[in-house]
Amino acid sequence: MAEKYQIVRKKVLTPDISLISVHAPLIAKKARAGQFIILRATDDGERIPLTVSSTQGDLVTVVYQKVGDSTMTLDEIPEGGCLSAFVGPLGEPTPIEGVKRAAVVGGGLGCAIALPVAKALHDAGAEVDLIGGFRTKDIVILEDEMRSACDDLYICTDDGSYGYNGFTTGKLEELLAAGESYDRVYAIGPLVMMKFVCKLTEKYNIPTIVSMNPIMIDGTGMCGCCRVTVDGQVKFACVDGPDFDGHKIDFDETIARAATYKEFEQRRRAEHRCRLEGMDNG
Amino acid sequence: MADMTPVKTKMPEQEPDVRNRNFLEVALGYTPELAAREANRCLRCKNPRCVEGCPVNVPIPEFIGKVQEGDMEGAYRALSRANALPAVCGRVCPQENQCEGRCVRGIKGESVGIGRLERFVADWALEHGVQDAQTAPSNGHKVAVIGSGPAGLTCAGELAKKGYAVTVFEAFHVAGGVLSYGIPEFRLPKSIVQKEVAKLEKMGVEIRLNMVIGKVLSIDELFEIGYEAVFIGSGAGLPQFMKIPGESLVGVFSANEYLTRINLMKAYEPDSATPIFESRRVAVLGGGNVAMDAARCAKRMGAEVHIVYRRGEAELPARAEEVHHAKEEGIQFDLLCNPVLIEGDERGRVKSMKCVRMELGEPDASGRRRPVPIEGSEFEMEVDTVIVAIGTSPNPLIRSTTPGLDANSRGCITTAPDGATSREGVFAGGDASTGAATVILAMGAGKTAAKSIDEYLMGK
Repeated sequence: MAEKYQIVRKKVLTPDISLISVHAPLIAKKARAGQFIILRATDDGERIPLTVSSTQGDLVTVVYQKVGDSTMTLDEIPEGGCLSAFVGPLGEPTPIEGVKRAAVVGGGLGCAIALPVAKALHDAGAEVDLIGGFRTKDIVILEDEMRSACDDLYICTDDGSYGYNGFTTGKLEELLAAGESYDRVYAIGPLVMMKFVCKLTEKYNIPTIVSMNPIMIDGTGMCGCCRVTVDGQVKFACVDGPDFDGHKIDFDETIARAATYKEFEQRRRAEHRCRLEGMDNG
Repeated sequence: MADMTPVKTKMPEQEPDVRNRNFLEVALGYTPELAAREANRCLRCKNPRCVEGCPVNVPIPEFIGKVQEGDMEGAYRALSRANALPAVCGRVCPQENQCEGRCVRGIKGESVGIGRLERFVADWALEHGVQDAQTAPSNGHKVAVIGSGPAGLTCAGELAKKGYAVTVFEAFHVAGGVLSYGIPEFRLPKSIVQKEVAKLEKMGVEIRLNMVIGKVLSIDELFEIGYEAVFIGSGAGLPQFMKIPGESLVGVFSANEYLTRINLMKAYEPDSATPIFESRRVAVLGGGNVAMDAARCAKRMGAEVHIVYRRGEAELPARAEEVHHAKEEGIQFDLLCNPVLIEGDERGRVKSMKCVRMELGEPDASGRRRPVPIEGSEFEMEVDTVIVAIGTSPNPLIRSTTPGLDANSRGCITTAPDGATSREGVFAGGDASTGAATVILAMGAGKTAAKSIDEYLMGK
């Protein structure tokens, strides 16, 4: 029997990205594609929101990238270790009803979240094209899983080392120009990628859902930190989202807000590296 | 013979210029000698009006009488019989509007320092490990309490005393609700809150953290898994914004966010993993206790801080003591002043705020004089941070996932005076049903609901 919030399985996907499956039976039973959890690695750690990648039995799987101090601390917990807190499922599930033909676009770590959306659509009988973008071949993640969750998988790399040579938007535009049509596009990844997917789909008049991942603390609507402007209205990504109509999001504001604590994060990351190196030397 | 000194015995405090740079408690509490002196000012009225002024009817003359006799344990027993969180209430209750506001000593001088004595007795009991009254043997009934703030903790404590098996569900990773995330350390040390929570756990109350009811389990599912009654004390956690242009700029925070980062996530500690915005000049919008807390936190983080409030000094809704403390600490009050818009720089960060001067007109529905803008009085305030502390409303997570649970237009769960909601077996109280109010009113509601739940389950 696994312990509370135990990391039952840990898999390194790339040097920076890992997958963990956490024992959380109640959340595993409830979580749907698009929803997220908040975890704390240690008792004095930050609350980290991560979108659920998959659920199986009593396990909830999330994928994280070592981008800052808190995710680096998370990465130091080995398989079999326990997290300090794991709460969810938060947010609303991704809307998939009534969609017959969809393109799901994931960028980098966003592919881990695009995966359950594609799978949910595919399981519901929709035809799904899945476009996954990465910087380069070495950091392609979850390829087999993505392949089995869609009809056609298109891997793109920025440097052309694997699959389509270029950005996901380039591949999507190519497909649209070739006459593919979709009732809906889902875009999940870096803000800039989602912004440009939306610019493209606006041109083709295809409703587009984006998954926002702003800074948040509680994840229950309490702090307002995760607010995004949608169609001129302030929405809280944690309770009203995290999915929104991408054509109505104020991306520039969201991009500025995401950089609120940039200096702090850079300093903490540098300090974390120093601590690690200090340990190596000792 | 009572001590007829017209003023309260002063409670030692950290000096303003020292404390506005640390997060240690401002008020240091009475020594036994000071407590004895203040207790002797109580006339122990036959018809104590102070008790009527207390939402949980603490037997004030009785507990102060015990302090006069030097029987601190007896004083604590009397106090804790009525109040589940005395160390908290002694620190955060708006006594001037409640017990102390009714004290006869207040007619010709200052009232008895009831809050200060309450704090003294409660702290004495915590220090000396005084055991609380025994709980009744288990009656085999299970009750779920949602939220571990003042309403939930009080309700849980009252039910546990009666022998119920109580589980408290808390969304955060720490119990206490607003006592943990909202009220700052310098006003209510978190160790005190955790000691009060530990007392409840000792009484058999189970506290389950990281459980967002409405998401991980619905109220209907709580009944399915064996709970026979539910108390909703989920508070008023949803922050309101001004709805003025510029409110989504970087550097604009809800007071909830700012306070949660500092209090719950300990962002004031130098090695905290949680970031806090580095502010130089801060405007806090609002005039309530939460605004004072946010302003005093920002001051301690090293900023120049302004309270911007649209009405006048007399209308400030904060406790008199909080306003007094804030002023002593160097917070500037820009009263009769209302923000119109917040301006940002090219990076989307706050650089200034435009305000308009106000004057007070006719009384409005709340009985307070309505502030009206003075035409042509707009002016610019240079700030890099704006903290919005104009109020909160109840979180919709529970009502939106509980069919048949009625709420009013402001999102407050509708309750009868006994705490019953429109759903059988579901009770509510505190800010979740009243909208943002005080700790003690929430506790009063938790106590009332516990009584109703007991009657409901015993009558079944």
